Formats: sequence, structure tokens, C-alpha cells
Amino acid sequence: MGTADADASDDLALFARLRDGDEAAFEALVRRHNSMLVRLARARGLDATAEEAAQDAWIEVLRCVDRFEGRSAVRTWLCGILVNVARAGARKEARSVPFSSLGADDSDANGASDTHEPAVDSSRFDLQDGPWTGHWAKPVPDWPTPESAALTTEMTVVVQRAIASLPSPQREVIVLRDVEDLSAEDVCGVLELSDGNQRVLLHRARSKVRAAVEHHFSDAISNAGKRSS
Amino acid sequence: MSTQGLDLQCRELVELVTDYLTGVMPASERARFEQHLLQCGSCRRYLGQMRTTIGLTGRLRDDAVPPPPVAAKLLDAFRRRKQGGAK
Repeated sequence: MGTADADASDDLALFARLRDGDEAAFEALVRRHNSMLVRLARARGLDATAEEAAQDAWIEVLRCVDRFEGRSAVRTWLCGILVNVARAGARKEARSVPFSSLGADDSDANGASDTHEPAVDSSRFDLQDGPWTGHWAKPVPDWPTPESAALTTEMTVVVQRAIASLPSPQREVIVLRDVEDLSAEDVCGVLELSDGNQRVLLHRARSKVRAAVEHHFSDAISNAGKRSS
Repeated sequence: MSTQGLDLQCRELVELVTDYLTGVMPASERARFEQHLLQCGSCRRYLGQMRTTIGLTGRLRDDAVPPPPVAAKLLDAFRRRKQGGAK
């Protein structure tokens, strides 16, 4: 927590210097936060043009540097700029698409209102009528403890791939919440989501990523079993 | 009934994990959730795995590689803006 606070106040100091025209401060901000903007652009589905979108966002930052009021953290403000720039770019590319369909508030399009997406596949639960209805059909297996650096790296790669395959609203929310550590309130502001939608998207995203890690281990365990038999 | 803890199904519990972890759960529901956990090793493991997953996701921020030099395009934009004076 202390580090995050210190980082946020460093950001504010850099931002003040940027306003005064300090090039080194601009460079420092870009070095600090460009990877976040690229990750967010990728999460929006701009895989091929993510770097470009981040650059456009920085140019927009220069254009409206005086409009930053310090009501949010610099990081949150930067994410908001990226989203606006990406949205404007998407509008330009899709001029034939009716304007209204590009709105951010169509929760059907962002998948939060779809209720048929359980956190865990229903086949994992006892579905027969009785005292154990809805309880695990088989015990949830233990995961290996990520004690070695190699195993942690392996698991992180699985997580990264799982996130990359999420639909983009879920991906954006998990990237901002769990990778960038933004607050729920900030994420709602940046992505123009209601708190409820934000939570549903985050829950679906986390549940799928957990399932991907579980799947990875169940393969590894059954392969090891095959090897040893 | 709630003293049994298992009036909450495992299938329901897994849908409440994010609410539980983000602290937005009302106290009574939280008690029911925790009561279930006391009785159910599978759900305890499940919750632990969600925590591990969140921790692993957070690691993606620690870029192992140092950031590349700032693109010349951006520095040009900066210098142009400075020459033109702040609008």
C-alpha cells in the first residue's frame, strides 16, 4: 500500500513537471505507464494496433495535459484517455455502423447480462435430487503449491493465455482490476460500467482463468500418471 | 438450518466468491458463506485457488523486461507542442 501511494505521488510530481514542459518528466511517465496502456489496448481487442493506440493516447495526453484535475490518480486518468482514443478510432473505422451501437452502455454486448455462464461447469456438481444437490460431485483437487520459481512462471504463462482468450469486456475488467490493481470505482469510471456489471465481468473472468489453471494441472497430473505407469 | 452451513450449495457458493473477496457481501450472507467453508474442504480449496489465480494475475504487471526507449514519434509530439506553446 505504501509503495502504491508513493508511486501515485511520484506520478503527480511527474505530471506537474510535464505541465511545465519538462521532457524528462514526459519520458519518465511514458516509461512508467506505457505497458499498462498497451495491455489495456490489447484487452480492448486491439492486439495488432495496441502499441499505436497507446502512442495516440500519449499524444492526447499532451494535448489535454492542462485538463487533468487530479480528482483521480494519474494512472486512472491515463486509462480513461486510452479508452476514449480507442473508442474514437473505432468510430472512425466503422462509420457505417449506427452510432448508437457503439455506445458503452449496451450491457448485452459486453456480456454482463448473459446469465448462462456459470463459474464452474454444472457437470462438476451433484445434480440429483437429494441432500447433496448442488454440492461437488467429486472433491476439488489440490493444486501444486507454486513454491518454485519455475512453477510460478509456468502458472503465470497459463494465466496470461487464459486472459488473452477472454471476450474483451471481461478481459478489460480483469486487466484493470487484477493486473493494474485499479479500484472497482475507478474501473467503472474508465469503462463506463455499473458496479454490478463490473463485478459480474470480473467474476466471470476470474472463474475462467482459475478453470484454465485447473485444466492445465489436470493435464499435467494425468500425463505424469501415464509416464509413471 | 444455517448452523449446518450446507443450506448454501457449493454451486451457489462459487458464484459468490468475487462478492466475498471484494467485501461487498452483507454480513448475514457472509456468515452463511463462511459457515459453509467450515464444513466443506472442496469449497475451501476452490476459494484458495481463486486467491492464487488473482495473485498470479497480479504478477503480469511486473514486466520482466525494461521498457523500450520512448518512441521518437512521442518525443517529436512533445517538442512540437512545446514550440507551439500550450494551447
